[in-house]
Amino acid sequence: MTRQIAVVAFAQSDHRRTTDELSEVEMLMPVLHEVLARTGLRTADIGFTCSGSSDYLAGRAFSFTMTLDGVGAWPPISESHVEMDGAFALYEAWSKLLTGDADTALVYAYGKSSPGSLRDVLTRQLDPYYLAPLWPDSVALAALQAQALIDAGDTDESALAAIGARSRAAATANPHAQLRGPVPQGDHLVRPLRTGDCPPIGDGAAAVILAAGDRARQLCARPAWIRGLDHRIEPHSLGARDLTDSPSARLAAERAGAFERPVETAELHAPFSSQEVVLRKALRLGGEVVVNPSGGALAANPVMAAGLIRIGEAAARIHRGACDRALAHATSGPCLQQNLVAVLEGDAR
Amino acid sequence: MSKEPVAVVGIGQSKHAAARRDVSLAGLVREAARRAVDDAELSWADIDAVVIGKAPDFFEGVMMPELYLADALGAVGKPVLRVHTAGSVGGSTALVAANLVAARLHGTVLTVAFEKQSESNAMWGLSLPIPFQQPLLAGAGGFFAPHVRAYMRRSGAPDTVGALVAHKDRRNALKNPYAHLHEHDITLEKVMAAPMLWDPVRYSETCPSSDGACAMVLTDRAGAARAPRPPAWLLGGAMRSEPTLFAGKDFVSPRAGRDCAADVYRQAGITDPRRDIDAVEMYVPFSWYEPMWLENLGFAEEGEGWKLTEAGVTALDGDLPVNMSGGVLSTNPIGASGMLRFAEAALQVRGQAGEHQVPRARKVLGHAYGGGSQFFAMWLVGAEPPER
Repeated sequence: MTRQIAVVAFAQSDHRRTTDELSEVEMLMPVLHEVLARTGLRTADIGFTCSGSSDYLAGRAFSFTMTLDGVGAWPPISESHVEMDGAFALYEAWSKLLTGDADTALVYAYGKSSPGSLRDVLTRQLDPYYLAPLWPDSVALAALQAQALIDAGDTDESALAAIGARSRAAATANPHAQLRGPVPQGDHLVRPLRTGDCPPIGDGAAAVILAAGDRARQLCARPAWIRGLDHRIEPHSLGARDLTDSPSARLAAERAGAFERPVETAELHAPFSSQEVVLRKALRLGGEVVVNPSGGALAANPVMAAGLIRIGEAAARIHRGACDRALAHATSGPCLQQNLVAVLEGDAR
Repeated sequence: MSKEPVAVVGIGQSKHAAARRDVSLAGLVREAARRAVDDAELSWADIDAVVIGKAPDFFEGVMMPELYLADALGAVGKPVLRVHTAGSVGGSTALVAANLVAARLHGTVLTVAFEKQSESNAMWGLSLPIPFQQPLLAGAGGFFAPHVRAYMRRSGAPDTVGALVAHKDRRNALKNPYAHLHEHDITLEKVMAAPMLWDPVRYSETCPSSDGACAMVLTDRAGAARAPRPPAWLLGGAMRSEPTLFAGKDFVSPRAGRDCAADVYRQAGITDPRRDIDAVEMYVPFSWYEPMWLENLGFAEEGEGWKLTEAGVTALDGDLPVNMSGGVLSTNPIGASGMLRFAEAALQVRGQAGEHQVPRARKVLGHAYGGGSQFFAMWLVGAEPPER
């Protein structure tokens, strides 16, 4: 019998365009304190710690060592770090708990996009020989994908605008979101994408606590059980992919058991409105599914934390009884190259 | 539920060199990965997931390069995880991969670690700019030299011990065809005559900057049963971290290192490491770290590690050989350096270490560390499967 692991607590910062007055550690510390307080655990009680962040955002090598100081790793802790979104750190922590080596895990992620030019920084993620020298930025690549969708008849500019509007309207109920309420659709940033189709650039942090079996029930009145968790990657070259589809998201969802029964809620990490179209199709989400009640990445997209926040938001809805079965998704790489899907459930009420 | 036993059934590494201008980043990782998959007599289709590790992305100037490397590693349609835990990353990466098998999430996992340091200047890459650090240090040696000095003072070790380690490791490297440095004319006199770089660390006692990659195929019990060559079995593995700087930190023998070793020994049922473990491949980027880690890992009492080195115990024909491959002192692609230690330990218990094979090596420890002596990753592998 496989161990059952649950998300038992979630906390996030207020996501903001700039946090000049805060270091990464200062941005993260209140979030760590909050997530620990929700469970009454202290750092020393945690069995395994795993984080996700990027040196390229921080602008220095080994940037994660600074935030480890914020965790308070003394006496020494069992700890690891991925240079990926925190959702993948959660995957590593989940696998650790499945082995039985630990009963609780702290997962955190953070990113400050404000010190640099994010569109330029993300070009450094591309094939260094054939693509990066051209500096195609993240918005331009997403626009290629959006145009492919329009050409395929999957969407049009007004449908895309409606996705942005719906997301920011939903975010009015989310005090942590960066963009809330009506936001002008604006001019084309890179045709066919308008500013309203693009995520806000900002800084933020998030943290989650995982626990196994009875420990989860002790720490949380209604744990969000991870029924399935899987992630898959696609070819890097955009020319080798059908940008209107996401076979990796679909395969991850299938492996995570998402198609076994319908979900009520889906938190999708779709930084661009057009990417929600791709993901809804790949994940077979019908009109009856509540998509991104938090506002999603179009309302707040702190790079490296935004995927973990999707899992945290989905879990929080289960914690408070607003949902029984939810899908959470995280992505990485240009045009949804890599995708992670989690299926979360609450105990029957 | 007990954990699935984990076996190493394929090991590969690139030829390491100061600059591998003949290969791209993808070519470098594929060279090692291909050799590991071939060693296991598997094909790319047999690999269920890939776990890749490397040190800071700035070393090559590619942010999250695993995205671009997915194709070269045969990972399309599969899960890819990218680990970064500073210098210990090669070890941590292998442990993350082992966990996927132990948790029964995947049957067969490819794990890869690399660094292509010729793409930039690693010494300055390791010297953080203002405002992150005072402009006092040049490279990792500037950070570690005072801790070596503290060890010398604390233990009363004679000045010559560091040179003995460097001489031994560089001579061991002559038996390892993949090693970066092959100094055929090396003598102890030459080691001692080298210029002082970071007092007390001489140029001859410091690691090179290398391009290189290492890969392993890890699999479950069923996979091990199908393996064409004897597997190495994971008997214990652990990671420990502590902060970089704090009042009371013991830089000479960090508690995270001691705790990590104790965890591994507990898992593997090791009560007396000096007696129960046949050889050690440890992360020694500066010669003096051999006696320091011998103590930290419990092979010698505090202040006594240098005596093992001086007496030849750690030589290839000694009774506790250390760094049979030539170690980090002979090959240092930082992101891969930890995995090279883990892989050498596995090669030894499989009896596949060639000219640097230790006879009858049944249990061998692989060790990695990173950051400011704060991140530790270790595994103990054996020729026999775990008893549980």
